[in-house]
Amino acid sequence: MSDPRSNPNRKANRTALACAGLVAGMTGLAFASVPLYDAFCKATGFDGTPIQGAAPRASASGAHADDSMIVRFDTNVSAGLPWAFRAETRKVEARLGETTTVFFQAKNTGSAPSTGIATFNVQPGLMGGYFVKVECFCFKEQTLQPGETMDFPVVFYIDPAMRQDSNTSHLSEMTLSYTYFASKNGAPATAALATTGDTGKKSNF
Amino acid sequence: MATAAAHAGHDAHADHKPSFFARWFLSTNHKDIGTLYLLFAFSAGIIGAFLSFGIRMEMEEPGLQYFSNPATYNVFVTGHGLIMVFFMVMPALIGGFGNWFVPLMIGAPDMAFPRMNNISFWLTVAGFMSLLCSLFVEGAPGASGAGTGWTVYPPLSTVGHPGPAVDFAIFALHLSGAGSILGAINFITTILNMRAPGMTLHKMPLFAWAELVTAFLLLLSLPVLAGAITMLLTDRNFGTTFFDPAGGGDPILYQHLFWFFGHPEVYIMILPAFGIVSHIIATFSRKPVFGYLAMAYAMVAIGVVGFVVWAHHMYTVGLSLQTQSYFVFATMVIAVPTGVKIFSWIATMWGGSIRFTAAMHWAVGFIFLFTVGGVTGVVLANSAVDKYLHDTYYVVAHFHYVLSLGAVFIIFAGVYYWFPKMTGHVIPEWAGKLHFWLAFIGANVLFFPMHFLGLAGMPRRYADYPEAFAGWHKVATWGGHIFALGMIVFVIGVVLAFRSKTRAADNPWGEGATTLEWTLSSPPPFHQFETLPRIVDEPGHH
Repeated sequence: MSDPRSNPNRKANRTALACAGLVAGMTGLAFASVPLYDAFCKATGFDGTPIQGAAPRASASGAHADDSMIVRFDTNVSAGLPWAFRAETRKVEARLGETTTVFFQAKNTGSAPSTGIATFNVQPGLMGGYFVKVECFCFKEQTLQPGETMDFPVVFYIDPAMRQDSNTSHLSEMTLSYTYFASKNGAPATAALATTGDTGKKSNF
Repeated sequence: MATAAAHAGHDAHADHKPSFFARWFLSTNHKDIGTLYLLFAFSAGIIGAFLSFGIRMEMEEPGLQYFSNPATYNVFVTGHGLIMVFFMVMPALIGGFGNWFVPLMIGAPDMAFPRMNNISFWLTVAGFMSLLCSLFVEGAPGASGAGTGWTVYPPLSTVGHPGPAVDFAIFALHLSGAGSILGAINFITTILNMRAPGMTLHKMPLFAWAELVTAFLLLLSLPVLAGAITMLLTDRNFGTTFFDPAGGGDPILYQHLFWFFGHPEVYIMILPAFGIVSHIIATFSRKPVFGYLAMAYAMVAIGVVGFVVWAHHMYTVGLSLQTQSYFVFATMVIAVPTGVKIFSWIATMWGGSIRFTAAMHWAVGFIFLFTVGGVTGVVLANSAVDKYLHDTYYVVAHFHYVLSLGAVFIIFAGVYYWFPKMTGHVIPEWAGKLHFWLAFIGANVLFFPMHFLGLAGMPRRYADYPEAFAGWHKVATWGGHIFALGMIVFVIGVVLAFRSKTRAADNPWGEGATTLEWTLSSPPPFHQFETLPRIVDEPGHH
């Protein structure tokens, strides 16, 4: 650095420092995008994330009394959790704006107590914002003793506003999908690389 | 362009070189580092080309000929993509030509942070070593190497690849990314602070403009990739669930993060080429480039808009119609500044005194091929069409027209244009022209049929295919052979250049070549511009 111009002055250092700040900021934004994306999905129902909310207001309808949708149920258990999991029915016809209750049954077929937590998703993904879950077992983890069977209710309604959205107004059917994952203190019990060949992934695509 | 009133000294002091080891391994000289980058890009390019040769051999006929395990075929595809993007095109256009010619063109003695420049280069080499390691350790069950595609999407890159190959690939991206970010900081600092007296930003050569915009794109996009692949790394090894639905994560988030980097990345690869082609066209038309300011700001516009179009790579994930409409529109808007550049190059040639040297062949060939790739890009920008063509060979054809034929053609154009300046030797013109025609015919025979294959439904990243696609795949493989023949001619040309006694003049291209590097000797002294050039206004600068 004998040449004074090869590291000219404070100005160059300031420029470099500003650039480094930009890099740090963008790295921060990349990580901040995780909670932001999560909050965005929960708020808007983006990518098939159902809304969690209270029962519908009586006046909220604005829909025709006989307007309804077929809701199908899809149940999966990831590898590593010895559970049988199914819905009491394959599908229901749900009137728009009215709450519907469906029971799901999980049974521990293994020989040891095990804990699972469910994730959920709807298809088509654009229905996420109009599918409101009032009560769901999926919000907390469940522990089942060997051979124990448990019935969980899911209470939901479909927001009639979906008929006003050009993306969803033509739909007559949708699917609600659940996948049970083995869980430990609310986190998945198995590291990502240990689970292979599970059937549960398909609900997310 | 403005002219230099002062001429750099060519005395013993300016040309004093350190010993071999200190010069090439501890180098802080921008020209030596540029040379290292170019040699590195060439070596990596050879390896990347051999991988693509493996792909083309396999695809010549239906059935599995050379790959017993299709996962290994995908490793070849992934390795080819990662090497060509991160270790061939970027080192050549940014590290190579950028380091060599940005300081020369703006009249600076060196880069702002010469030692950091050295670190950038060796980080890139370390990244490449990590990628080579990944080829030889287990990835997918029963196969070695990462077969994830250059996009490294989860869950294929997490649960689909239990072995450490993907970790090595991620480290490769981390290392080369860190190198590129340091390089970008260096370019920005150099260009903003070390221009010769009188060289305002609006008198700066277009290649320096291109590198400046590219450096900003790198600075804003690479950290996002680094963040995304770091999350991938912790998902794989430390039980986090950023992209794993088991813990409430979403693999689609990775796609958003990746393409927020990935789309600017394609402009990172092509903008420096835009800069180079402007100089070549102007030089060999003996005219200043048409619409200098529009050319500079078109690159800025491409860079800015390039950041808000990323989801056009993700039309199939279930975006709402309104979201898709926005991304279709924003994507098509990029065609406007790109069109400004294409038409300005043509207008530069219009009425010019054109000399069809080897470099000019490559530059004009680039304009034609890049336009073809741009047109298919506008086709793919339509979400309704894209859903049909998504992940087919049509997409492969499109991005090879803009990158393999766009960026790579300009790398060769740059070599033929600046080789006399960099080495003092002259590649015979016939070699450059023969190389061009072999590459031009070969690349078109190689990639044009891929449009037909894609339209017929041939998907990417499959080692086998139905009989119906056999014909065009065979033609494409022939094209690959022709292109490879051109590479041999290139090597012969370079060897002949070094063996011949002919020495290059300081300005071998005559009056059209007006940028500052042509005011120096060929090759330039080890340290140039000890007395800074002073830029005086001339009518019709570019």
